[in-house]
Amino acid sequence: MENVYLTIVLAPLLGAIVAGFFGGRIGRRGAHSVTIAGVGVSAALSLWVLTRFIWGDEPVFNQAVYTWMVSDGMRFEVGFLVDRLTALMMATVTFVSLMVHVYTIGYMADDEHNWPKGSLSGRNSYQRFFSYISLFTFSMLMLVMSNNFMQLFFGWEAVGLVSYLLIGFWSTRETAIFANLKAFIVNRVGDFGFILGIAAVAMYFNSMDYAEVFAAAPQHADTQVALFGGVSLMTLICVLLFIGAMGKSAQVPLHVWLPDSMEGPTPISALIHAATMVTAGVFMVARMSPLYELSEAALSFVLIVGATTALFMGLIGLVQNDIKRVVAYSTLSQLGYMVTALGASAYAAGIFHLMTHAFFKALLFLAAGSVIIAMHHDQDIRHMGGLRRYMPITWITALIGSLALIGFPAFSGFFSKDAIIEAVGHSHIFGAGYASLLLTIGVLVTALYSFRMYFLVFHGKPRMDEHTRHHLHETPWVVTLPLILLAIPSVVIGWIAVEPLLVTDWFNTGDWSPIQVAPGHDNLEPLRAHWHGEWAFVLHGMHMLPFYLAMGGLVFAALVWWLGFSIDPKLDEQIQSWGGPFTRVLQAKYGFDDFNQRVFAGGGRRLGTALWVSGDRILIDGAVVNGSANRVAWLAQRVRQLQTGYLYHYAIAMIVGLAGLLTIFVVL
Amino acid sequence: MNEFPLLTLVIWFPIIGGIAVLASGDRAAAISKWIALGFALLTFFVSLGLWTGFDSGTAQMQFVERAPWIPNFDVYYHLGVDGISMPLIILTTFITIFVIVAGWEVITYKPSHYMAAFLIMEGVMVGVFSALDAILFYVFWEAMLIPMFIIIGVWGGPNRVYATIKFFLYTFFGSVFMLVALIYMYFQADSFSILDFHDLQLGLTAQTLIFVAFLLAFAVKVPMFPVHTWLPDAHVEAPTGGSVILAAIMLKIGGYGFLRFSLPITPDASAALDWLIIALSLIAIVYIGFVALVQQDMKKLIAYSSIAHMGFVTLGFFIVFTILRNPAVAGGAVMGIEGGMVQMISHGFISGALFLCVGVLYDRVHSREIADYGGVINTMPWFGAFVVYFAMANAGLPGTSGFVGEVMVILATFRADFWWAFLAATTLILAAAFTLWMVKRVVFGEVKNEKVAALQDLNRREAFNLGALALAVLALGIWPAPLVEVMHASVDNLVAHASTCKLPASESGDCVLALPASMAGLTGQP
Repeated sequence: MENVYLTIVLAPLLGAIVAGFFGGRIGRRGAHSVTIAGVGVSAALSLWVLTRFIWGDEPVFNQAVYTWMVSDGMRFEVGFLVDRLTALMMATVTFVSLMVHVYTIGYMADDEHNWPKGSLSGRNSYQRFFSYISLFTFSMLMLVMSNNFMQLFFGWEAVGLVSYLLIGFWSTRETAIFANLKAFIVNRVGDFGFILGIAAVAMYFNSMDYAEVFAAAPQHADTQVALFGGVSLMTLICVLLFIGAMGKSAQVPLHVWLPDSMEGPTPISALIHAATMVTAGVFMVARMSPLYELSEAALSFVLIVGATTALFMGLIGLVQNDIKRVVAYSTLSQLGYMVTALGASAYAAGIFHLMTHAFFKALLFLAAGSVIIAMHHDQDIRHMGGLRRYMPITWITALIGSLALIGFPAFSGFFSKDAIIEAVGHSHIFGAGYASLLLTIGVLVTALYSFRMYFLVFHGKPRMDEHTRHHLHETPWVVTLPLILLAIPSVVIGWIAVEPLLVTDWFNTGDWSPIQVAPGHDNLEPLRAHWHGEWAFVLHGMHMLPFYLAMGGLVFAALVWWLGFSIDPKLDEQIQSWGGPFTRVLQAKYGFDDFNQRVFAGGGRRLGTALWVSGDRILIDGAVVNGSANRVAWLAQRVRQLQTGYLYHYAIAMIVGLAGLLTIFVVL
Repeated sequence: MNEFPLLTLVIWFPIIGGIAVLASGDRAAAISKWIALGFALLTFFVSLGLWTGFDSGTAQMQFVERAPWIPNFDVYYHLGVDGISMPLIILTTFITIFVIVAGWEVITYKPSHYMAAFLIMEGVMVGVFSALDAILFYVFWEAMLIPMFIIIGVWGGPNRVYATIKFFLYTFFGSVFMLVALIYMYFQADSFSILDFHDLQLGLTAQTLIFVAFLLAFAVKVPMFPVHTWLPDAHVEAPTGGSVILAAIMLKIGGYGFLRFSLPITPDASAALDWLIIALSLIAIVYIGFVALVQQDMKKLIAYSSIAHMGFVTLGFFIVFTILRNPAVAGGAVMGIEGGMVQMISHGFISGALFLCVGVLYDRVHSREIADYGGVINTMPWFGAFVVYFAMANAGLPGTSGFVGEVMVILATFRADFWWAFLAATTLILAAAFTLWMVKRVVFGEVKNEKVAALQDLNRREAFNLGALALAVLALGIWPAPLVEVMHASVDNLVAHASTCKLPASESGDCVLALPASMAGLTGQP
């Protein structure tokens, strides 16, 4: 199997190299063919591997490919661990990536308009884009398939690099290059915690290998570290690692980079900033479940951070008017749901939501991109309306995506979100009540912002200018085909996967189970105990509060932004003004950006200047270095005056000296 | 004893080449450039013999040559390399090639003298890394200043006189104390062999004084806070090639000195004063990180970045004692030193490449000010790609060499102390901030002015330079094992020396390290 796994990883890399370095020579067609072929091979093999894990009896693969280095007896390797969790991630990543690759052919077709005239930076930008997204696929696969912490960190940073390159893809736009710098640095704040977590693992386990660390973890369950007045080792490791996840998966307060990342082209918003890269933190925590289960404090921390993100980021989505930003805040909120699931030890539910979300959120982003193409890159939903008549495929698929997102019964999001809310409801760790409440309110918020956007875009009267409306038409098949192919799993994947993932303990494969839950923490157990099939689950869900909240939100949105809006186009603004200070807080995004800009960015620069001027220039160079030179010069000046050249001065000096010496000799 | 004097060849071949280039003169500049390049390439290929012929299974000195030089004072022409010095020698011969190529068209004033200075510099630096006789070491050490003084003083910028004098006095100030220490040790050991110094048993006072003397010499070279202020000035005034050699190799001589002298000769003083070095290293990482952030001059920014990265080197070297003192911590000392070594090699590639990048811009626009640029990628896309790549390497991205040393030092430092590791790890944020912010202002954005609009992309020579260094950075990043394996035996031996109490029997009560009895197991003279 090693060759299969190597092929899965290296095929996209090969595509990226060919398209990146020889893009000019092979042309557009060559570039997208070679990268799609690479990712296609990777996706086909990943799906095949997944089926082998589902129906075959594929053994867990855990092997090193090569030794990166050995230092001080610690082996750093590059190797793969492929179990059911990995196989699921591989299939999700490569499938969404393949869809995005195909879609990009349409989206980037006239990319030359996005570059300044005569700028060489836009040369072969189409080929370069394909190279980057294939490189991303390679990096993401390295991340999920890793069997050790060092390679995890490699993949972690490599996806960050590609994210940086792609957010700033239109590298001449000031907003884009601001956003990518911000994204990279905020992620680095997370990685700062992450690397310390890895260092803690290295110190106490003396190994980077997952299997060895997990096997030894229970022995360290009670180890205390003399920090912060005594803290459990597992809490320290898990919190530090989770800080990394907070950066990558954009959890409060490290979420600030994700909305800005929308400056990148839409296909990568779908692939990187919705479906895959941002879920790396969720995957990582699930992968580390044997460690997290040993620290209830860390789980509580995860739970509270996740729930806070889930509700409060969703609220901001209500006041956004940029179609991509609405979806971005929705992504933040949904990532919060996944993270909360992890905190409640419902790792399987978190991964389940990760998968369903990958499909419907990629779908929503790509649909938004389709709308943006039709609208000639106007992204303001207040300028849209009535698009369903012009773009029926985009309309239907977007509707499917929105229904899946709000958890409409039987759609994929319904199963995963209900499972999370239920599991959190059963949790008893610190913060569980808070999380449960926030997640439930979040359901209403999700329905509101999703359908506010949906109705403003697709229903009502067209509000765009005459020229744009005249040119409105459905996007080409390379754009709509991925929409359709993503809409299918958005509807059915929940129904198909809920039983294996959540009920039958699919992740448990006997001697190696990727997801381990401590006995007292199994909050999916009630769901399992009362499982009577998918139908019963759906019917049961329709008696629960979240269902009513979602439906209430949907109906309210229809009344306001469909019916109400067609009567009074100022209604949206009016509602926002009724919100008063509440709206203003949301519009200011709780002030995180201002705070960071002033305190961290501004403060860092001020501190740097202060240190430079006072330390290097005044103290060291001024006082010590040039100061001592000046003092030597001053002294020399003085001493020089002694040497007058007059004989009688010297004679006097000699006589005085002689007298002095004689006195000393006589007296002593 | 090796029958073929390979080290002598690597030292003297470029020096003879330098003289030949000087002799060929500026009238036939085209020929003298080719002669210089030929000598640089040949030296590099010859030096590869050190790698291929190296036995990584032993900590013994290899390729040893020993001949009397000044017999009356027991001074020998004594050369040899181990796993610590050999990679640094190859780094030297490797980087020199790019310096010669980089000066190809740019240097119009006395080009043959320029090339000759670098070739002579190369030989002298190899001499420093391979000298096993203290006097020979000192001679090479001081001789190194002369070509660099000339390079900055003749081909430097407008403020070059201030910079050269500052550079010269700073480094000379450091090294006179070292000479005193070396002479003192000669009287103790009755030999100038550095390896004999390793076997000395010196009292704590003597060790401390020697340690401080060495510290003054090496700290200036590294440079460590607070004796670092000569570096930004020297870089700013130096021509591109001078900056490259300065950053890529000369700074490493300070780090090398700590490993060859301070740790093995004065382990007890090092253990007693390690807090000082660690504190200065952490200041270098954090304080200098902030200072680098606000630099307006690209060369100054990279110079400060170098100081911060060299902080990792000294940190990795001196956490050894804290780890050794704590019996609960198993391992980490070797990783710290190896991490510091890898960081030195990697920094040679990356800082060299970054200074070459600045040189590419400077040659076209004649400005190093960040504010004079913006949107370079519009006219120089290939160059922009290289800058982003090396910037990422400078920020320690995994997959590039910049990551390897950094992560090894962080992992090792964590074993010593959580808060030290905490401060060291801030470099993840700071290095990304100052490097990428510069990239954003220089490379990205819209074309800022007419000069940027008129830029031409890399020519073949520049592309060759940056491409070769990019490959080196990548290779070391994805497979550091070959480099680390070469060092293992020597670093193990070094840690054994550093963890041995070398106080004389009368003071053995003060030993915090293992007692001298274990010295029997150490590799002394070859």
